[in-house]
Amino acid sequence: MKHLVTLAKGPFENQECREGFGDGLVDAARENNDVVALTADLKESTKVAEFADTFPDRFIEVGVAEQNLAGIAAGMALSGKVPFMTSFAVFSPGRNWDQIRVSICYSKANVKIIGCHAGLSVGPDGATHQALEDIGSLRSLPNLTIIVPCDYDQTRKATVAIAKHNGPVYMRFGRGKTPNITNSRSDFEIGKAIRLTSGEDVTIIANGPMVAKALEVAKKLEGSYDISVINMHTVKPIDKKAILEAAKDTGAIITVEDHQRIGGLGSAVAEVLSENSPTPLIRLGVNDSFGESGEPEELYDKYGLSEEAIIQAVKDISKIKG
Amino acid sequence: MTTKELTIRAEHIRESVIEMLLEAGSGHSAGPLGMADIFAVLYFDVLNIKPENPKWAERDRLVLSNGHICPVLYAAMAHRGFFEKEQLMTLRKLHSHLQGHPHNLELAGIENSSGPLGQGLSQAIGMALTAKMDNKKWHTFAMLSDGEHDEGQTWEAIMFAGSRALSNLTVVVDRNNIQIDGTTDHVMNLEPFIMKYMAFNWNVIEIDGNNIEEIVSAFKSAKAIINKPTVIIAKTIPGKGVKFIENDYEWHGKVPNEEQAQKALREIRTMSGKIKSLHE
Repeated sequence: MKHLVTLAKGPFENQECREGFGDGLVDAARENNDVVALTADLKESTKVAEFADTFPDRFIEVGVAEQNLAGIAAGMALSGKVPFMTSFAVFSPGRNWDQIRVSICYSKANVKIIGCHAGLSVGPDGATHQALEDIGSLRSLPNLTIIVPCDYDQTRKATVAIAKHNGPVYMRFGRGKTPNITNSRSDFEIGKAIRLTSGEDVTIIANGPMVAKALEVAKKLEGSYDISVINMHTVKPIDKKAILEAAKDTGAIITVEDHQRIGGLGSAVAEVLSENSPTPLIRLGVNDSFGESGEPEELYDKYGLSEEAIIQAVKDISKIKG
Repeated sequence: MTTKELTIRAEHIRESVIEMLLEAGSGHSAGPLGMADIFAVLYFDVLNIKPENPKWAERDRLVLSNGHICPVLYAAMAHRGFFEKEQLMTLRKLHSHLQGHPHNLELAGIENSSGPLGQGLSQAIGMALTAKMDNKKWHTFAMLSDGEHDEGQTWEAIMFAGSRALSNLTVVVDRNNIQIDGTTDHVMNLEPFIMKYMAFNWNVIEIDGNNIEEIVSAFKSAKAIINKPTVIIAKTIPGKGVKFIENDYEWHGKVPNEEQAQKALREIRTMSGKIKSLHE
């Protein structure tokens, strides 16, 4: 395993992606006066509070009304603003899919949909609050870009990047702290996967909180398996080139995501592989079930997203690959 | 424009609506005919727009929420000069800019995409908020059906606009009392409708939506209100101007055949200057 990008030396400091979003939003707002933010009664939790304090005239509180949130954001975008609309992913896109489809995507309204508290990372709040279907439900919508950043700095950078990108974007991240595996000097480009390590045996394609786990697995297996890790922060448009190169280089791919196995990153990778270069693939994710209350790590353990589960997948796919 | 002139514009719009629907072979008849007078007043008297420069930044915004009545929007736009009237005959056909339900990216001058009910008012609010934020003088108008008040989003939006005192927003509700499954009283009773809007801190004006003078006067008084959004509840006769369509909910979602269309056009033309009121 060879490190391709300079990674901070472990143990990594842990920070929240949503803090990165909050700081990135202020960065974006300083660059562009048209950036506005809207939230549905989740100012603090979605970290738009600093934006609201800094730019009170550009902040809109809509109350607990996610459909109206999406519609108002669309209307503002259609009159020239760059709205960021924030809520928990279970509520937005959970409760406003049709508004996202028609008012935003069909109209190409330049709205940035921010889904916080996504995945099992929500933990004790339980299944109702664990968005495991958001990417699957949105990935088939035309005109929409989907981003899943992995840590504080990547989220901050992605926030600035999507503000500059003209078109609808959905960006989702979890609740908990994740290791800072990128830093302020790391590259970020929408649609361009980042290969973190290069190896010959197996490629792990991950996003969100699973990137750090994949890196940890690569380190633990050093000596027995040579593992390539790709940070696939953009799920749509998916970086086909990176996937096909990985297939060519290692001939075995594992995807890992804090999301259902159906419809998310794993599905996107499977689509690319099966149509272009059929390659042994194991998709790790929640297997067609709802979550439950528990600490995030306990849940990752139970639902097959622990480091141990990834290690097992490496062993399994190596056998298939032969 | 005088009342007489606006009445004639409304008739031209009605004729176009019938011709378009006959050619298209599918669509909605009752709503567009019932709203022809209001669209004539908006496009020829009220809206501050430049058909030759449809994206003019200072234009008034018109959001059509109940997209299925778009034949009346297309007809009004064509008659006002946004595009050639010949294009009206392409409604609902492949490659047409006149989609079965409106798409903002197809025609300059169409502000939003709509069809699924209940989404228009929120977008209109977004536009009105932008104008307030940027100290712009343009006004936002949202056209809603009564039936789409069954949608929860409509009430989320009504509550927001009322609480924000968005006075640069005017809503017109086509209170024609029909929806697909029957009358609104029967499917989902909206009454006391006016009281509901008032309770949500709106300025409410109720008018005969087929009376040009009342329509003109309602828009004037709506603009004069500076501390609330205004809703104009326009009691219209669905299918207005064509007797066999009027007030029959079965005409909500169907179109006339050739014979019916000719009859309708004859009626609209022979009634010239006489189509106006409903509740006198």
